Amino acid sequence: MEFNAPAGENLFDRSKVVGKSTRRIDGPLKVSGRAPYAAERHDVAANQAYGWIVGAGIAKGRIRSMNLDEARKAPGVIAIVAATEHNAVGSSDWNIAPLFGGRDIAHYHQAIAVVVAETFEQARAAAGLIRTSYDSADGRFDLETAKEKSKVGTGFSGDKSESTLGDFDSAYGSAAATVDATYTTPDESHAMMEPMASIAAWEGDRLTVWTSNQMIAWGKKALASILKIDEDKVRVDSPYIGGGFGGKLFVRADAVMAALGAKAAGRPVKVVMQRPLMFNNATHRHATIQRVRLGADQDGRITAIAHECWSGNLDGESGEDGTLQTPKLYTGANRLTRSFVAELDLPEGNAMRAPGEAVGHLALEVAMDELAEKLGMDPVELRVLNDAKDTVPADPDTKISDRNLVRCLREGAERFGWSKRNPQAGGNRRGRWLTGMGCAAGYRAGPTEKSAARVRMDADGGFTVETDMTDIGTGSYTIIAQTAAETMGVPLERVNVELGDSAFPASSGSGGQWGAASSTAGVYAACVNLRRAIGEKLGFDADAATFEDGKANLNGESWEIADAGALSADGEMTYGDFKDGYDVGTYAGHFAEVKVDAFTGETHITRMLSVCDAGRILNPLSARSQVIGAMVMSAGATLMEDLHVDKRFGFFANHDLAGYEVPVHADIPHQECVFLDTLDPIISPMKAKGVGELGICGPGAAVANAIYNATGIRVRDYPLTLDKYLDRLPAIA
Amino acid sequence: MRSFTYERAASPADAARAVAATQGAKFIAGGTNLLDLMKLEIERPTHLVDVQDLGLDAIEETEEGGLRIGTLVSNTALSAHPKVRRDYAVLTRAIQAGASGQLRNKATTGGNMLQRTRCSYFYDTNMPCNKRKPGDGCAAIRGSSRQLGVIGTSDSCIATYPGDMAVAMRVLDAVVETVKPDGTARSIPSAEFHRLWGDTPHVETVLEPGEIITHVRLPAPLGGRHFYSKVRDRRSYAFALVSVAAVIQSDGTGQVAFGGVAPRPWRLPEADAQLRNGAAAVVRTAFADARPTEDNKFKIPLAERTLAGILAEAKG
Repeated sequence: MEFNAPAGENLFDRSKVVGKSTRRIDGPLKVSGRAPYAAERHDVAANQAYGWIVGAGIAKGRIRSMNLDEARKAPGVIAIVAATEHNAVGSSDWNIAPLFGGRDIAHYHQAIAVVVAETFEQARAAAGLIRTSYDSADGRFDLETAKEKSKVGTGFSGDKSESTLGDFDSAYGSAAATVDATYTTPDESHAMMEPMASIAAWEGDRLTVWTSNQMIAWGKKALASILKIDEDKVRVDSPYIGGGFGGKLFVRADAVMAALGAKAAGRPVKVVMQRPLMFNNATHRHATIQRVRLGADQDGRITAIAHECWSGNLDGESGEDGTLQTPKLYTGANRLTRSFVAELDLPEGNAMRAPGEAVGHLALEVAMDELAEKLGMDPVELRVLNDAKDTVPADPDTKISDRNLVRCLREGAERFGWSKRNPQAGGNRRGRWLTGMGCAAGYRAGPTEKSAARVRMDADGGFTVETDMTDIGTGSYTIIAQTAAETMGVPLERVNVELGDSAFPASSGSGGQWGAASSTAGVYAACVNLRRAIGEKLGFDADAATFEDGKANLNGESWEIADAGALSADGEMTYGDFKDGYDVGTYAGHFAEVKVDAFTGETHITRMLSVCDAGRILNPLSARSQVIGAMVMSAGATLMEDLHVDKRFGFFANHDLAGYEVPVHADIPHQECVFLDTLDPIISPMKAKGVGELGICGPGAAVANAIYNATGIRVRDYPLTLDKYLDRLPAIA
Repeated sequence: MRSFTYERAASPADAARAVAATQGAKFIAGGTNLLDLMKLEIERPTHLVDVQDLGLDAIEETEEGGLRIGTLVSNTALSAHPKVRRDYAVLTRAIQAGASGQLRNKATTGGNMLQRTRCSYFYDTNMPCNKRKPGDGCAAIRGSSRQLGVIGTSDSCIATYPGDMAVAMRVLDAVVETVKPDGTARSIPSAEFHRLWGDTPHVETVLEPGEIITHVRLPAPLGGRHFYSKVRDRRSYAFALVSVAAVIQSDGTGQVAFGGVAPRPWRLPEADAQLRNGAAAVVRTAFADARPTEDNKFKIPLAERTLAGILAEAKG
């Protein structure tokens, strides 16, 4: 089914199941420990051995030798696959440095061996006996230095990451009020609860990998390419995923080393990537340096807007484009955005929740706060005044599908009590606490990808949906069941959902907040085909009928759909060119209140609110979980998350969860999340957009602005830890 | 984790003898630190002597009006003890500022005194570390050192003692009671218990091989108001950037010790003597010999501001 024109009124506008707060259908399995995660799939293959990944001890250079003798003799060892005895694996479209690279080392903790043993402990102990010597080479580990040689990078589309409109320089030069500020954001780790994990088993030349992966079809292709085998010989299965955040968009070393280990051992092998390897072996969000220049007339109308971003990566090509939201958010006739990428020899940077925008807002939305102060304007009013209306500000030929940012900001201001904010920064002190409020706007694209599914009706009228869509903790199982129940006109309990198996029809997968909108549209397409099959069997025009309470109704006639007997239908939703003329975005107004200890500089967030405009909300309960989780992550990015780059050795030094701090419960106050009741007819028949990344676009900037409002101190170097402003806090007696 | 042998000791002297008799042997109590380090092969004991059967899990009142805490008393039990909460509140607050509820249930009093540093380079066996391997060099000096020590460090090591409980023990002038392999007992003032690194940072305390902590003794209560302020990058389950334990009397005199800054809880009597002159005077004295790095020099003004907050509260 191709979606080739804006959606008119359809069955979801009269929905009984979609759009209703629904507890996760997989919830009981998860809370009772019966949902098996990758490392717990004990039943899928008999006689599993354990693999332990050895990571490189240098950042760049070559392995001179590896002494494996002692390790091979260690108790329980079955096989060792080592870089000195094995060629580099093949490449794939989804990674830069080889996931097992032979003697050449591209980054710290790159996999150089897997030790396979009867038990996990034996594999670990044997790995500790391997003696590796290296010839180290000099590397480039400092973004500030490397940025001198950077060039404009390419975005996800493959296009150059730059755009211009009008004449920025002259407009900026003649603006009544200007801001020119540079912000830096650090390297960040996904730090998902479940580390990467895979069990691999070979049957002849056929490989099955039970893993934890967001994008099954990509993973299957990548494994085939890396292992140089036919794609149809690979099966990937990932029904439950303990968080991904973009870190599991791609096959990584756990899957590759499990496959190589299993081949060498001649039996199934399980590899869980050790937590201390997760930070340097796996991918991370790239650090950025961002310069924002804003020019406005004296009434606050933006006349000039420039956002430049620098980041680095192994290929000098794919970076963190912090400018992504800037062409979309605010009006202004003269514009420039450009994203530069430098070559760095740090571990591989790649997508992490809202790649680009998550850190872009930490620059743009603080610059807007700085501009509001210069103009003497309320920060909400400045944003409202400059809100884009019908077309994309940087691309007037592109229409905006449905945008309600002003409502988000207005409703948020009202609910949050924004009128009580003291515009005088540093003006509120109660005892030892300096208090303040901040706001930020949020923009994140609302993409769709083609997505397929199969829906089966059993003889007893029960339904099963099969698609390789993944549930990375987001609630995919539930919204897919809701969509099928709605379309087939049956109660939710009649729908069983099976996900994450590459044997199922290929879906959009989970990433870029496209999963909810895309996968449900694909399930809808399959259900429409199943309705037609039922209609054909029972002799009615399914497209004209309504399906309710297990019956199809048309012109006063009624059919029990179960009477059609067991039937199955595949379907896929694809998207027509008409969408190219539109920008489909999601929008939010974010608000935060903080108190800062005037003695120590410790920041406590006291309230957070996000008002979100993301079209139809398929399941308000799980959508809220997505947004408040993203708000936590955004607060973490602002207040504490920071991979420490050791610029001598070229690695992230704090590579465990004690050193890399993410927020804990005590850091997060009452959070409120409100969804506007909007519908976007351009995105899909569901009129629903994703929310999983919108929630990390802006809340952190609202926190940063609140800290400024509380203290009168502007820190532009994230995270905003107290050491960066201690000397500017009020004097102590 | 390397394979190791294991035994359970029946008495402190037996335990001490068992550890002294085997090269590479270690005591194990709660295991909250040791087991993590064994998994990373930072600790590679050949033999573990489990002390959980020693029965040293009581808190008794002493003739001097203080408390004698068995080495196996859990952090949770110690912090919740009514007399500790009433008379040694700084200790309750320090313990509860540390780790998580689950860890505090398992961690013991003696073990906590011996908690090892959290330096990132100590934790990465690819990196040189004099503490892990004497003479290996130190990657932390000129490395990522924001969390590390500013005083009492050396050219061999800039790690800290990372814990909280011992900072309160130091401010209370606790005494560590031990038994040696020959069965003799001794008492070690907390001031002398942790060594400064010097050129032997792998030797962290004055305990002799096999010597086992049996009790930690608290003198009679000091009175005054008790404070423990722990400053960190998140509000729970994080090691201190700086912590300040203080007991302040109504006349403004008192005791103060700093955590997260040195190889030991950092307290100088001459700094205590400055308490009535304010936080700046105390910190100037306590940190006169500081040698911070560019990354961690903020700890000194942070110590001053944290103490100032305590003193303001003590007055208020």
